[in-house]
Amino acid sequence: MRIVAKGLTYVYNPKSSFATQALKGVDLTIEEGEFFGIIGHTGSGKSTFVQHLNALIRLTGGELKVGDYDLADKKCKVLELRGKVGMVFQYPEYQLFAETVKKDVAFGLKNFNKGISEEETDAAVREALSVAGLNYDEVAEKSPFELSGGQRRRVAIAGVIVTKPEVLILDEPAAGLDPLGKKELMELLHSIHGRWCRTIVIVSHDMDEIAENCTRAAVFSEGKVALCGTPKEIFSRGEELAAMGLDVPVTARAAQILRAHGYPVDTDFTCDDFVKKVLALYGGAGAETAVPPAEEAAGAAVPPAGETAGADGAEGGAGDAE
Amino acid sequence: MLNDVTFGQYYPARSFVHNMDPRAKLLLVIAYIVSIFIANNFFGLILVTLALVFFILLSRVPFGRVLRSIKMILFLIIFTAILNLLFYAGGEDDIVLAEWWIITISWQSIINTIFLAMRLLLLVLGTAILTLTTTPVALTDGIESLLKPLKYIKVPVHELALVMSIALRFIPTLMEETNRIVAAQKARGANFETGGLIRRAKAMIPVLIPLLVSAFRRAEDLGDAMDARCYSGAKGRTKYKKLTFTWRDLLGLLFFAALITGIVLLNTYLLGRFDIIWQVQQWFGI
Repeated sequence: MRIVAKGLTYVYNPKSSFATQALKGVDLTIEEGEFFGIIGHTGSGKSTFVQHLNALIRLTGGELKVGDYDLADKKCKVLELRGKVGMVFQYPEYQLFAETVKKDVAFGLKNFNKGISEEETDAAVREALSVAGLNYDEVAEKSPFELSGGQRRRVAIAGVIVTKPEVLILDEPAAGLDPLGKKELMELLHSIHGRWCRTIVIVSHDMDEIAENCTRAAVFSEGKVALCGTPKEIFSRGEELAAMGLDVPVTARAAQILRAHGYPVDTDFTCDDFVKKVLALYGGAGAETAVPPAEEAAGAAVPPAGETAGADGAEGGAGDAE
Repeated sequence: MLNDVTFGQYYPARSFVHNMDPRAKLLLVIAYIVSIFIANNFFGLILVTLALVFFILLSRVPFGRVLRSIKMILFLIIFTAILNLLFYAGGEDDIVLAEWWIITISWQSIINTIFLAMRLLLLVLGTAILTLTTTPVALTDGIESLLKPLKYIKVPVHELALVMSIALRFIPTLMEETNRIVAAQKARGANFETGGLIRRAKAMIPVLIPLLVSAFRRAEDLGDAMDARCYSGAKGRTKYKKLTFTWRDLLGLLFFAALITGIVLLNTYLLGRFDIIWQVQQWFGI
């Protein structure tokens, strides 16, 4: 489903002394099949925007179309829309409520498909849990409160993707997870993307996350879309981001320093590509073949001389910047 | 859904009333309530109304803002007024205006209804001035200080006040949390708006359980944080904001002493209970 917003405005607590305009005319199009990132400061309106997408906040100004659903239409079938646009909130593990994991995951399914049979429910829950990386037989009959934090978050995500939404929106999905948990979560999202949910939209503070994972991203600032494009386009405008009080990924910082030293690097700011380009700069071995992620993480047993120097240089440069 | 509910209606401003000691304000409100209930004629109530208007002006809170506090109990006022109007049993010399089945509307019941409604309105408006000009924290401080004598009969005044201020402190937090959980469950297709009472109550379970769990989690965290900072109850505890009685409070108390005296005088010298009405009756010869 294609998402098209034109001149979207929204005011919290209108006509009171607490009135705050959260959205001041947002124009944004998210194509079907994208892995879209939304970046912005606290209070930039990004959460307000995403809550419009499944009518949790009803449209009050501007136009918004999600697939064939026209949100400006008062008769818009909200429940149907919410079944197709799944939303995972920040810290979703705090919404779990049912006695068993199975019942909790089935909650949304039963709300959207009245009169669904037990067998169908069971099968869907089993599938959703396995996609979310959990073993049905192990957790289904447990109370969600018995599980660990990371497992609970997976249960919560399973509870949203169980309806196979066409668009999946996640607000800060990796907040509060350890680095390994973050990595696993992003892998999970990539495995869902395309297969289960055509379009994925993530809201994030973490620029590295955006640079690594998104096909396109939008930067929200003061209720408007300040920048929109591929991560490469966005992060090459570091000064503008800094003016909005936003950071750039580590790779972009390193590239900046390299440029200042007279070594311009044309990278899309993913780790792999950055390393590749730096290696090319050195003219060293491995310039043509991408470094396998596992090898890179382990620090490769016997790397060619050029590679070590390149990686060290980049890291040293990034360290200086701080 | 719950966004419109602003808890604690403190209206920030700088004024004579805002600057008064919360203890003095609490005492004045008590005096004010007493004066409403000892006034037994309309002149007395008008005097109270004038005092109220004077205090509203003094507090610099817009009239509209003060009047808004009636909204919540408007239903209650109308309800009691109607009951009173229909079922008040007047005395022997009462003039019955309409009678049907067990319902009688008499001259006395009309007068009584107006009197009652006026009392309730004054009551709400007066207490609203207190909450509009005093922050909840100052209010609990004031209550704690006023209840201090109860310590001698082993009432844990400080602890009770602390419980109260913690409760007040967490209402906005929990409200925000509720909004978030409601939104999350709505995103999963929960429906809170339609269906009968039982259905709606059932629909709240997916909100209430996570809310309760998070409230307990927060309580535990808060307890740990207090422990970590060596909180050990009232003993040896000093105050960040010391309450002091000033000339303002003295003036306020004198003003109310005068008001109550005035009402007592009106009560004794205008013996007829519904004097104004009695006058009107005389004029129209009813």
